[in-house]
Amino acid sequence: MRREGSPFSGLGAVTTKELADHLSSARMRVLEWLIVLTAVAALIGTIQQVRDTVSEDPFVFLKLFTEARQPLPSFVSILAFLIPLMAIGLGFDAVNGEHNRRTLSRVLSQPIYRDALLMGKFLAGLITLAISLIVLWLLVIGLGLLLLGVPPSTEEVLRSFAFLVVALAYAGLWLAAAMLFSIIFRSPATAALTTLGLWLFLTVLWPALSPGIAYAISPPHPLYELLNQTDPNTLVWEQGLARLSPSTLFGEVLRAILNPATRAIGPIFLDQLEGALIGAPLPLAQSLLIAWPQLVSLIAGTIILFVAGYVVFQRQEVRA
Amino acid sequence: MTAVVEARDLVKRYGKATAVDGISFSVAQGEIFGLLGPNGAGKTTTILMMLGLTDVTDGEVRVLGLDPAREPLKVKGHVGYLPDAVGFYDNMTAAENLAYTARLMGLDRAEREARIKEALDRVRLADVANKPVGTFSRGMRQRLGLAEILMKRAKVAILDEPTSGLDPQATEELLSMIRDLKSHNVTVLLSSHLLDRVQKVCDRVALFQAGKIALMGTVSELARQVLGSGFAVEVEAEGAGLAEKLRAIPGVSSVEATGINRFRMLADRDVRPEAANVVVNAGGKLRQLSVDEPSLDAIYNRFFQKQDGEGKVRNAA
Repeated sequence: MRREGSPFSGLGAVTTKELADHLSSARMRVLEWLIVLTAVAALIGTIQQVRDTVSEDPFVFLKLFTEARQPLPSFVSILAFLIPLMAIGLGFDAVNGEHNRRTLSRVLSQPIYRDALLMGKFLAGLITLAISLIVLWLLVIGLGLLLLGVPPSTEEVLRSFAFLVVALAYAGLWLAAAMLFSIIFRSPATAALTTLGLWLFLTVLWPALSPGIAYAISPPHPLYELLNQTDPNTLVWEQGLARLSPSTLFGEVLRAILNPATRAIGPIFLDQLEGALIGAPLPLAQSLLIAWPQLVSLIAGTIILFVAGYVVFQRQEVRA
Repeated sequence: MTAVVEARDLVKRYGKATAVDGISFSVAQGEIFGLLGPNGAGKTTTILMMLGLTDVTDGEVRVLGLDPAREPLKVKGHVGYLPDAVGFYDNMTAAENLAYTARLMGLDRAEREARIKEALDRVRLADVANKPVGTFSRGMRQRLGLAEILMKRAKVAILDEPTSGLDPQATEELLSMIRDLKSHNVTVLLSSHLLDRVQKVCDRVALFQAGKIALMGTVSELARQVLGSGFAVEVEAEGAGLAEKLRAIPGVSSVEATGINRFRMLADRDVRPEAANVVVNAGGKLRQLSVDEPSLDAIYNRFFQKQDGEGKVRNAA
């Protein structure tokens, strides 16, 4: 049976309202300060270090993102940690919050489809994240300009902009995950805990587990063990499993985009490096090409999670 | 009069459990129709099916001639719904809450402002329009819910348990607003388990029981069906052989003496004028004459007692 009418009617209204809610909420303010403060702390340390090497590196601005100065991790690794936190913070009570406030049935009795409500909430979350990330990005560039005293090259701007896009895709993935759990669980606390648990598992535990699992699935050939070398088959499994975690994918994309010297993600044979100028930067297009599968996987993951949430939401009863 | 809401053999199953089991009814324009019954009898499920918010397992429902499953947006554009224990965004003001739903309805700004003001005036919330809904009492929230329906200029208003949890005064206010809806030619469907309150406003009622409509009709029709006769007239009068004379009035089914010079008559209509006539013509002294309006509570209790007494046999019939 086909339904009639546009699934997008009311989308604008929902998005605007949710966006206004996000931007004025106390939760958002806490997350913003958390991100800005940690990022600035990381940057100040990094800038100190980068200043000493300004003249040696053509991509000094990108160093701002990737360079770590003990004891603080680098700016991107802090972001890799905080972006999911922020996305989950915005999404964990998206749908069950409406249930618990008993507003869901009233809103859905207006002439809109559920599609508009879900899509509007997702878009509002994504726009909020985009605004925060763009501000942060401008902050980094601005601080770099002020404290380094050199303007970024076009390529550096493009690369850091690509970083922005990737970060947004990564944030979208966690936002979609948080919204999925907010649809499945009636209690926002359960949804938040489950999403955070999943995130911690995939970010912290999974990379540690995947070598063990790879070893079990495809044990290395005794010859390799004898030579104290890694079996390529085991390695392929290991990498494939590790890539199930979005944080691994995110890390790999960043490595390719923010470090122009990166020629491959993962193991390559020595003969594949024949003729390569190790350490020479790749053009942006080539770096993007290396990171392309990972980027696509992140976006695909976002879409899959969103669709899963959509299907569950469509089948859910609205009554409280 | 055309049917505004029509259900035919409507069925809703959740897995193996049947929530609504083949109900049929039709509601005419401008009518106040009561869906009554205990909690879990299938009232809310029926309402959700009318709004297209839950799938129909079997049977048909038409609202304003439209199929809510196929054209939910058109149906929801004309039907106002006040859910059981309606919720609003507590941090937003009453006017902002309405503005949000008005945008969802697709009203433009000028139209929105005019309608919100008018609706809040009509439910007497104009003076708290700019207060956050978090500070509102339950009665005010229900009225705000009604304001939303008014703002929509709905042709059909579906109210789920609108009076539950309200104090008597708030209930009275809400019921008068519901009558006001009727006077604006809005068809009202009203679900409730509080019978005596609802009785006052409903033109017709349907008694739900375990997913079926057990009884349907006007309150006096139901009374006749269940209580045997609709009206109980109390007469206190002095006179000789009054009982026989009262019994002779057409429409009276029984007369019993409840005390000295006191009689209780059961009739299928209000027979007070005839009773007065009889007493006066017999040369008696009429002291008191009163009629017990048939109460839905009595009908309801008697009906379900009967059901329990007769067990499953009746259910199968």
